Amino acid sequence: MIGEAIAFYLLAAAMLGFGVVVVTSPNIVHSAVALVPVFLGVTGLYILLNAEFVAGIQVLIYAGAITVLILFVIMLTVGGTGLRIPERNEQGPIGFAVAAALAAMLAIGVTHTAWGRGGGALPAYTPGAIGQSFLGPNLLVFEGTSVVLLVSLIGAIIIARKEE
Amino acid sequence: MITLTHYLVLSALVFALGVYAVLTRRNGVAILMGIELMLNAANINLVAFNKYTAPGAMQGQIFALVVITLAACEAAVGLALMLAVYRSVETIDVDEINLMKW
Repeated sequence: MIGEAIAFYLLAAAMLGFGVVVVTSPNIVHSAVALVPVFLGVTGLYILLNAEFVAGIQVLIYAGAITVLILFVIMLTVGGTGLRIPERNEQGPIGFAVAAALAAMLAIGVTHTAWGRGGGALPAYTPGAIGQSFLGPNLLVFEGTSVVLLVSLIGAIIIARKEE
Repeated sequence: MITLTHYLVLSALVFALGVYAVLTRRNGVAILMGIELMLNAANINLVAFNKYTAPGAMQGQIFALVVITLAACEAAVGLALMLAVYRSVETIDVDEINLMKW
């Protein structure tokens, strides 16, 4: 239990520290690279929450694919250092106030709510249970997601293609 | 002892970081990064609720996987739009992209 608490607070500190770098760094490449530790911190939280399969997918898709995609687009647009345009607009203080107010309201809300507890226990082997669920009760969700994935990838190719 | 509230407060803070990025960044790609942070915050909530309030059902992890898939779609389409905008107006500063603004 104490080990779980230490792991949680270390992961939370790393996520929030690198998250601040992501949102405030004047260099867009630093922001994109700082996303990787944030995503890996989320992976650690999934492992703490006994969601090993989601943790694996998080590493593959977020820390691997999406970060590389973001870096590619940075290099293809503002290029190299990315310092050509000012990265922050003039709404810094008001944006900070809105974000802080939102965080405070959410934190007060979740700490003052009594969350119920349903029955049952996590299955011993969650990837198997996820597979059974996706091909059983959640088949429609699975198929719908795959259609959306196909459509969005075709759309991305068509949008990013050079005009003839 | 780590409870559900710890995870929810952490995800609220990550969500607020994403909101701050969306509100204050000028670079369109950085705004997409803020959106990814917010989606991750939502995913932490889903998996935490799965463990602490309904451990018998796997719906939280199922939803988290669906959200990860749709986040990948959103990143692909969003970044393709950024490339197309850069090709036509030579900038991805969202304050400068005001062609359709009255």
